[in-house]
Amino acid sequence: MSEKIDHDSYSDAYLRTLLNSVKSVAVVGASPNWNRPSYFVMKYLQDKGYRILPVNPRATGEEILGEKVYASLAEIPGDFDMVDIFRNSEVAGTVTDEAVELAGSKNIKAIWMQLTVRNDDAAARAEAAGLQVVMDRCPKIEFGRLNSELSWGGFNSKVISAKRRKVRIG
Amino acid sequence: MSQDKSQKFGFETRMIHAGAQPEPVTGARQTPIHQNTSYVFHDAEHAASLFNLQTFGFIYSRLTNPTVAVLEERIASLEDGRGSTCCASGHAAQLLAFFALMEPGDSFIASNRLYGGSITQFGKTFKKFDWRVKFVDVDDPQNVRDALTPDCKAIFVESLANPGGVISDLEALSNIAKDAGIPLIVDNTMATPYLCRPFEWGADLVVHSTTKFLSGNGTSLGGCVVDSGNFDWAQNDKFPGLAAPEPAYHGLNFYETFGDMAFTTHAHAIGLRDLGSTMAPMNAFQTILGCETLALRMERHCENAKKVAEFLEGHPAVAWVSCAALPSSPYHALAQKYMPKGAGSVFTFGVKGGYDAGIKVVESCEIFSHLANIGDARSLILHPASTTHRQLSEEQQNAAGAGPDVIRLSIGLETLDDLIADLDQAISNA
Repeated sequence: MSEKIDHDSYSDAYLRTLLNSVKSVAVVGASPNWNRPSYFVMKYLQDKGYRILPVNPRATGEEILGEKVYASLAEIPGDFDMVDIFRNSEVAGTVTDEAVELAGSKNIKAIWMQLTVRNDDAAARAEAAGLQVVMDRCPKIEFGRLNSELSWGGFNSKVISAKRRKVRIG
Repeated sequence: MSQDKSQKFGFETRMIHAGAQPEPVTGARQTPIHQNTSYVFHDAEHAASLFNLQTFGFIYSRLTNPTVAVLEERIASLEDGRGSTCCASGHAAQLLAFFALMEPGDSFIASNRLYGGSITQFGKTFKKFDWRVKFVDVDDPQNVRDALTPDCKAIFVESLANPGGVISDLEALSNIAKDAGIPLIVDNTMATPYLCRPFEWGADLVVHSTTKFLSGNGTSLGGCVVDSGNFDWAQNDKFPGLAAPEPAYHGLNFYETFGDMAFTTHAHAIGLRDLGSTMAPMNAFQTILGCETLALRMERHCENAKKVAEFLEGHPAVAWVSCAALPSSPYHALAQKYMPKGAGSVFTFGVKGGYDAGIKVVESCEIFSHLANIGDARSLILHPASTTHRQLSEEQQNAAGAGPDVIRLSIGLETLDDLIADLDQAISNA
């Protein structure tokens, strides 16, 4: 990325391009419990056509939403595009460093830290390694916001457009 | 969540566009009226995801409806809030706002100058839920601090009070609320988001009767609760409905799961689901149309009202005028701080001759309609003590600015000279 990303204020274009370019998402801190936030996000992203790859060392041997749970990013076989982190800001730094290390072999393009999770030093290291970073946001909320679904719940999407958008099934 | 700098559209752009894109299937540009109760699921799995709140979508119009959702996003955008929940009336909005915050035995503090209907709802009907209200004179913020108790869950005021030109010091009140770890709720009905910006002064929730200036033509009942998204519901243990496992929703913790969307999600998924005070789609549509011209109408409402107030203040048969737009008002400085574009169009006055003369003025008007509403394109006149504030004691009436000689005006959009002439002849008759 030549343009410096302002992590206090992401443009819609940045988020939209990122979400449209990603197809598979490793979810670190994935919970098998249906009423936990990570489960909500995985279920939604899976419904929208993303492959989700749950990572949780305490849930290995289990399946979440039909996907095998891995103990670490390194154990995931094959490539994945993005790492979505459901851990606190400090641990998110360690996870980011793992992802940066694996980026070449796994073709990882982006790091996403969930709402309230932010680690600017780790973000700078990831960006220096050529990865895109989003912090303190939720991919479910951003996907829903940019595709008019968040509006259905009465939320302020801040999106204004007189264009006729494509109909998505979901 | 931080705002996108690229998304800072102006107020007028948002009052016309926010929440409403062309309908994707047909291309219809104006928002369709989804006069419809229920929505077909793709399959059983989709249905389960919707009921679990795991995906966005429509189930049943008691909870959400596509036309109502457009209005919700529009009002949320105009207030610069995170989200909003529309409902059947302004009173329904107040019930919905407190429903998420209060447990039986809890209390809240409210201004003693509220609209009379709110005083009755809070003081009498809320008692049946074992919710206790403490009415205080909020003009001195110390009164609010003194009234705080550990079971107090909110402070409630009107930005501009109905009927009498009283303006709340929102910044001072929000500081008290913040210190106490409770939300400041502001009824912004009389000012509208065009004149007053409660969230910019630290308010946490805003409620509206959309029946008034937002719809603007006296066609449609409606209410709305707007959440700023800024309140930390987990900062203390006062709000278990939002920040602890919610027994009414499979033990879901709304704040943990939905973050700054927790209040609005709760207000739909539990509030509207179980209180059932849904806004009708047709009313939402009429209110959407009203929002499209809000700024223009409010400018004229304010301009007409200020000139009518000036006329009355100079009239020899008028005893007093209470309008924050007038320099003579004790609230004029607060009006300039909180409502620099205008102090609304609802205010009160009294004629020499008291109660009887007041009734005579009301009955002698030809253009002013004698009815119990405000915020209409038509000019309205009312004698609160015998109507809207009738259920209050005389002491409460006086505190609320609705004493025996008070006449309330809601100045509309007619030709100014005609309004002044009508009041002049009515006062002469009295």
